Amino acid sequence: MSFTSIASMLEAAEATGRPLYAVICEDDCRENGYTPEASQRQIAALWEAMRQSSRQYCASDRSNSGLTGGDADRLRRAAEAGRLLGGAYFLRVTEEALKIAECNACMKRIVAAPTAGSCGVLPAVLLPLTEQTDAPAEETILQALYIAAGFGQVTAARANVAGAEGGCQAEIGTASAMAAAALTHILGGTAQQCAHAFAMALGNLLGLVCDPVAGLVEIPCVKRNVVGAVNAVSAANMAVAGLVSRIPADEVIDAMGEVGDAMPASLRETGLGGLAGTPSAQKLTRQITQPLR
Amino acid sequence: MRLFDILGPVMVGPSSSHTAGAVRIGLTARKLLGEEPVHADVSLHGSFALTGHGHGTDYALIAGLLGMQPDDLRIPESFSVAGRQGLTFSFRSVSLRGAHPNTARLQLTGKTGRTLDVVAESIGGGRIRVSHIDGIETNFSGERNTLIVHNQDAPGHVAAVAEALRRARVNIATMQLYRSGQGGYAVMVLECDQPIPPGIAQQLLQTEGIRKVTVFNQEETV
Repeated sequence: MSFTSIASMLEAAEATGRPLYAVICEDDCRENGYTPEASQRQIAALWEAMRQSSRQYCASDRSNSGLTGGDADRLRRAAEAGRLLGGAYFLRVTEEALKIAECNACMKRIVAAPTAGSCGVLPAVLLPLTEQTDAPAEETILQALYIAAGFGQVTAARANVAGAEGGCQAEIGTASAMAAAALTHILGGTAQQCAHAFAMALGNLLGLVCDPVAGLVEIPCVKRNVVGAVNAVSAANMAVAGLVSRIPADEVIDAMGEVGDAMPASLRETGLGGLAGTPSAQKLTRQITQPLR
Repeated sequence: MRLFDILGPVMVGPSSSHTAGAVRIGLTARKLLGEEPVHADVSLHGSFALTGHGHGTDYALIAGLLGMQPDDLRIPESFSVAGRQGLTFSFRSVSLRGAHPNTARLQLTGKTGRTLDVVAESIGGGRIRVSHIDGIETNFSGERNTLIVHNQDAPGHVAAVAEALRRARVNIATMQLYRSGQGGYAVMVLECDQPIPPGIAQQLLQTEGIRKVTVFNQEETV
């Protein structure tokens, strides 16, 4: 049985004296009958696919609906002109989240993490690190990906990671919390600090509704990837600085699941409530809804 | 649940259910047909019909029928690839009573004239469920090695299939039987732990009353 709680995952690491990422990898290999070598090849392939998902960005691409495209480029130009707030890393995180989420809307190749709609969050916090002078070793990034996946897996087991079931908190919220745990590992945080970062990131996005305009993974999904990424950076910073989540990670996940259950259907990917229900969204929907090509 | 269900799959966007799942439906239908399709009449129901255009569901279904995987960058160009490969198709919106919101019905003709009518649902995260084959209700995912046998409903067919698998040392994980009525048209769906030797199809077709056998094995994945 794979881990069904963050607490048991951390205990397994402590009991065996093995690093958290290794415990997560070994448990998955045992459960699914593949070798650690095959697993490591797969995680490396996913990291390469994330890098590619950013490189394929093209400012002139537009989604089928025509609603998405060109925003990451707009942001990059404003950042390079020195007109925006935040340091270089922060601005690159914002740009990467937009880039990859826009690529997804434009039918490019992405890595679902945990979903296609939230695919920009995790690579957005990792890719800009590789450009820094003190860039982490690739091995460290792969370890961080295992940690992200391990925390995500527990979330899927205890609650869910689908907007249609739990709202955006289950997609962008989970992606953000996974990214926070990954960043904490890269910043040298302990397994406990990874869990605190995860809990703070997820807790901060609790209640976020899934309200895509016209039911498409575009508005507000692309920009929510930015919020998820930036939230992950803040949560990792807090955890590494020694701040703790007073509510343990498992209880935050359970709360996320319960909030999702309490959400009306109109706020769970039906394209009816929230931003999707506004007059402007309804107008856009009428303009772009063409049942078949 | 595997780690690589959370991190991954690598896929062409924008939606795991409306795009990756739709590719998988096309791909599974192609495997069930057992040969290159030359014509497809596709009916889309529910959210597939309403938001299919924006999600590229139509491109994705045709891409799958052409044998593309969910991460194939040619998915957005699948209509022109179909033109070059000699696959013609039509799309229409339908309302299927009681169907899952993301349902597609594919009526296929293969290059030797084989036909298949399959209804499948995209149930989230790129996973699918095949709900009807040739008008008979089914329930399988296409995630395991699967043997599908169409036969006349008569005693002994289940035993013949089980015996063929025993001899090949293939273990049956799940087994489902469906029929249109007593003595009528029947479908057996067996999901197996080991790959199914393709020779089993030839062997079973020699049994009287067995009309069609489809083997589809999973590609090696991590």
